Amino acid sequence: MKSSSEKLIENKVSFGVLFIIGFAVLPFLYGEGIFSIGDINMLGRYMSFAILALGLGLLWGYVGILSLCQFTFFCLGAYAMGMHLAHHGGPEGIIDANGWKMPACLFVVYPYDVGESSGDALVPGFWKPFWNLPLTLILGILIPGVTAFLLGYFVFRSRVRGVYFAILTQAIAVAGWLVFCRNDVMLCGTNGLTRFDVISPAESLYTFNPVDAKDSWIASHGSSMEYDLNGDEKLDQLDYSIADVGFSLSSERVQLWLYWITLACLFGAYLLCQWIVKSRLGKVLLAIRDDEPTLHFFGYKPHVYKIFAFCIAAALAGLAGMLFVPQMKIVTPSNMEAYRSVLVVVWVAVGGRSSLGGAVLGALSVNLLYNYLTSEQDILFFKWSPDYWPILLGLIFIAVVLYLPNGLIDLVNRLRKKFSSSALINNTSDK
Amino acid sequence: MNTVDTTEGPAPEMLAESLKKYAEFRPSLVQPSIWSKKFVLFVENLSVSFDGFKAVDIPQYGIEHGELRVIIGPNGAGKTTFCDLVSGKTKPSTGRVYFDGKEITQLEESDIALSGIGRKFQTPTVFDSLTTYENLLLALPGNQGWKNNLFHPESKQEVEQIDEILEKVSLLGQREMPAKSLSHGQRQWLAISALIISKPKLLLVDEPAAGLTDLETEQTADLLLELAQEHTIVVIEHDMDFVRRLGKTVTVLNEGKVLAEGMIDEMERNEEVMEAYLGR
Repeated sequence: MKSSSEKLIENKVSFGVLFIIGFAVLPFLYGEGIFSIGDINMLGRYMSFAILALGLGLLWGYVGILSLCQFTFFCLGAYAMGMHLAHHGGPEGIIDANGWKMPACLFVVYPYDVGESSGDALVPGFWKPFWNLPLTLILGILIPGVTAFLLGYFVFRSRVRGVYFAILTQAIAVAGWLVFCRNDVMLCGTNGLTRFDVISPAESLYTFNPVDAKDSWIASHGSSMEYDLNGDEKLDQLDYSIADVGFSLSSERVQLWLYWITLACLFGAYLLCQWIVKSRLGKVLLAIRDDEPTLHFFGYKPHVYKIFAFCIAAALAGLAGMLFVPQMKIVTPSNMEAYRSVLVVVWVAVGGRSSLGGAVLGALSVNLLYNYLTSEQDILFFKWSPDYWPILLGLIFIAVVLYLPNGLIDLVNRLRKKFSSSALINNTSDK
Repeated sequence: MNTVDTTEGPAPEMLAESLKKYAEFRPSLVQPSIWSKKFVLFVENLSVSFDGFKAVDIPQYGIEHGELRVIIGPNGAGKTTFCDLVSGKTKPSTGRVYFDGKEITQLEESDIALSGIGRKFQTPTVFDSLTTYENLLLALPGNQGWKNNLFHPESKQEVEQIDEILEKVSLLGQREMPAKSLSHGQRQWLAISALIISKPKLLLVDEPAAGLTDLETEQTADLLLELAQEHTIVVIEHDMDFVRRLGKTVTVLNEGKVLAEGMIDEMERNEEVMEAYLGR
């Protein structure tokens, strides 16, 4: 039997190793040209999925609540960030009748072409807070969090549990998708939010609306010419202007930074969940999973704890969505489809729901495999077609459930144990 | 007022001598501060029916401060249902439950628990994936809010308190073991220790001796007697040897009604009770 302190050190070591690999080794390989920026970008996106999976890992693995609408929360965060980016994206200079900058993708909901706004094409009021980056970051976490709170308050209080809750959340996922697909909710319908060019913390921080932004730019540069970057003849001014206004999303440096930020958020989210799980509250969560009815007689109100866990999972999903969008450069309602939320469950199940590391491992491994196997491959004499992927995923899921009920993380732990015990034997033989 | 008195419950002269003290009691008509000095728990006109079957129908019944009361009765007598009604697991069809000077009939289970009624279920309910220590940690009083649980780790004093109880029920060796690997007897004791550590004013102990060996049964009886010096306890039990060992006042329930009350020897001589028990 290993003492708990030894185990803790071991965990810290592997945590540190992963930290170094993520922050230094992979970017170094990219610097050396072994990885392309596309690979880094892809990893960044998958790590945002890992944050999403962490939330479900906490919710499902520790509290036993199976939520099938995690991607809906993800999209609430993603759309928040998407609205911000669309606001600041090109083409510049389209102003609606209220003097507010009109995002190009929003034209889909009006019967006009991009740019020919004729008075009644207006930016809806609910878009406006998302002009501001800090406000967007807060709202992107708050909106899914508050949604989860309201949902949890009514559902958990009336003691809806187990399968019934899962079905309910699945229905919510479908409803959310249907709503976001509509043009008249002013979220660009099935086309989604597009035309993301820059992240502009400065512009959104120091100005409260697009007109201010333009005015302040003119005040410091003396002309409005460079600010309106529609024309080809101003291309040479583009870099200069964007450096002033924000960070271009197509720049490799910005993409690398987005990767680092996502990785930092993943570690942060992991530590947050770990802290929750290790606290006394974590024990209450486990007790809810074991025997919720009995917990009432200990003076606890389980629904409060369930709402708490649900809100944390939803907020993490929102954070993941916000990190995903600038790396994907588009967000559409297809992310909200019901099967997407079921996929998160598959990731967590494959990785192992008994630990938080399992959720991260599952999200990364399944997605990397997906990335590899959804292109045409020749594996030995077999011609692999991307169409086979869902079948393979199903087989993997069944195999894990049957033979590795604790998920891939269990395999990793066993290997690590083997490795460390053989290292221990070596150590003792040295003496 | 007199007319109300006669319509509520059977007339006192119809009852056995031992049950008269309850019938004379009307908490709804008397100041709680007066009656709560005598009874810690009192139920009035309490009844519940499942699909038309009256599982419990008790006009008046109460538990006095500091007593160890044993409730016995044949299967289906409504013993566990009575516990359910008191602890809020089941809501009564009619009637009221008073505890410690307050009415608790409509409160949620958790609020009833917080007001001071602790309950041990028929099957030992422990949280399987938590260790013995963590099980008791959850039962500690005054920490049921989520903020408190998230931001305040257990104090040294609380750890000592847990260890003290673990030693008392000789589970100290199993301190870090998950509860699912404990034996049945150990689980029973863990469930009882969780009850003790929560310091309730009233303990409802449902079949503490079920599935225990003779030795464990004896030890459990001794433990309950020791606890009775500081707590008010209601024990529900089948095992006659166990009841005899406790040697306290016994209430007999039958078909949801209080049949008789007295010492166990008296009860065994009581024809009505024996009839109910043996079905003759």
